[in-house]
Amino acid sequence: MHVVVIAKRVPDLVEDLVIDSEGRALDPDETEYKLNEFDDQALEQALLIKDAHGCKVSVLMHDADGVDKILYTALAKGADSAIKVCTDAEELDGNFALAQAMAAALGTLDYDLVLTGVQGADDRDGQLGPLLASLLDVPCVNVASGVSAADGAVTVHKEYSGGKMARFSMALPGLLGIQAAAQSPRYVPVSKVRAVQKEASLQELEVEGDFEPLSRVAAMSAPEQSAGAKMLGGAPELLALLKEQGVVS
Amino acid sequence: MKALVVAEHLGGKLAEITFEMIALAQQSFGGCDLALIGGDDSMLAELGAVGTVYRAEGAGLEHYEPERYTDCLAAIIEAAAPARVCFGHTSMGMDLASSLSARLKAPLANACIAADTSGATSRILGGKMNAQVALDGELALLTIASGAASAADGRLAGSPATNSVAAPPERGRIRFEAMVEPEAADVDITTQEVLVAIGRGIGNQEGVETAQELANALGAAVAASRPIIDAGWLPKSRQVGKSGLSVTPKLYLALGISGAPEHLEGMRGSATIVAVNTDANAPIFQVADYGLVGDLYEVCEELMEEIE
Repeated sequence: MHVVVIAKRVPDLVEDLVIDSEGRALDPDETEYKLNEFDDQALEQALLIKDAHGCKVSVLMHDADGVDKILYTALAKGADSAIKVCTDAEELDGNFALAQAMAAALGTLDYDLVLTGVQGADDRDGQLGPLLASLLDVPCVNVASGVSAADGAVTVHKEYSGGKMARFSMALPGLLGIQAAAQSPRYVPVSKVRAVQKEASLQELEVEGDFEPLSRVAAMSAPEQSAGAKMLGGAPELLALLKEQGVVS
Repeated sequence: MKALVVAEHLGGKLAEITFEMIALAQQSFGGCDLALIGGDDSMLAELGAVGTVYRAEGAGLEHYEPERYTDCLAAIIEAAAPARVCFGHTSMGMDLASSLSARLKAPLANACIAADTSGATSRILGGKMNAQVALDGELALLTIASGAASAADGRLAGSPATNSVAAPPERGRIRFEAMVEPEAADVDITTQEVLVAIGRGIGNQEGVETAQELANALGAAVAASRPIIDAGWLPKSRQVGKSGLSVTPKLYLALGISGAPEHLEGMRGSATIVAVNTDANAPIFQVADYGLVGDLYEVCEELMEEIE
């Protein structure tokens, strides 16, 4: 079985977000990027399937600044191959454009199961999983956890609100949008990543196409700030508030 | 502009988001039709505010199955010919909207908090940015964020006209097997008066104990945002937010929770919200009544000392 993980980098929301001079997107030079945390869950789920059944795991990312380190880390964790998908355009505008590029890349690979994160912080035009599945014409269960794979099919839980879930079985080839792997993403020491960087190499896969979005952002802005919270000076003020609320006597 | 709202239901009941979308469609597009897949006749009684209810008819529609429901909706969209289709920004709505966007090559705006006939406002980047998306095509899709409009404004007694649409046959690639009941909760966080809620900012598992000690001192229970549950540090029954529970305690003390929209959805209704976070720009301070910028461990320690 060949499990392919589709990952992307997303803006690190802990950092200040700066809008570019055209006012339509974040300024890439002022933005810190990191691996989408849900894609990290997808990678972990793929590695767990490999641990249990001995499958091959490949990780695909659109080529961009910073993805080499993410891909080498994936190899150090146990992925078998790491592939940079290269397009004419440096930036792909949104998930539909990314889904088209990834569909073109997957068209050149034999795959059984595609895993990606349920969502990303920069999603504005749909979730990558169901967009990609639709382009590939494979079944998709999104918001997935509790994955088990065997004999050409997977069973999976799909999460709803209120802690409710449904169990589905899905034929392969197919795609899952992963909410949470069965365990937290594994840790890999930096020394091991460095070692892998010396021994292994990343593959590059060129894909042809325009990969245009279906919609465009006309303007981006920070939401209008409400008056917001009344700020407290420290723990003593918080304690006074708790007393006022009758929580502490 | 002709709009279609995709109804969502679970456990035999229409979800609140359905009525919120109806209200939004009235304000933004002057009214709407409604797509109902599965569900039963009793649901129609609350749908007096919609024009026509398009009902997919066929066997095996009782339970949501992503491919079958997508196929049904494609048939309903063809029959109803709307210019805008509204889905909940929910587990089901995200599936359906994304699948149909790619299939029909229809633009999609995600997690919308507002819309009009020329575009929509998507709330992105953890609620830190709004993207104004231009929509000028014949057919465009929107997922609507929870709270974008008032459900009460969309709920109206009545008996709307219905129009049957034959459900396409099952493809059989995905099979619904069973509903999985939530695990039994040791503590019911929905009935607590005071909640100490922890998020990613606690940093490590020991932080759960710190929070529990503070909760004990305050006669409160510990709740958490998603990352704490995914790390396995607390059971799912303690999760507040979109895929967890909605809570409305008298006091919600949020420690190290940044305030992603998915979390805010589950705790916005708390009577008083107090947030402690190291990031003064964290969105949680926008919904909190009181805020404290600082290290949550130091704050907890000082509080515990004072209380004891």
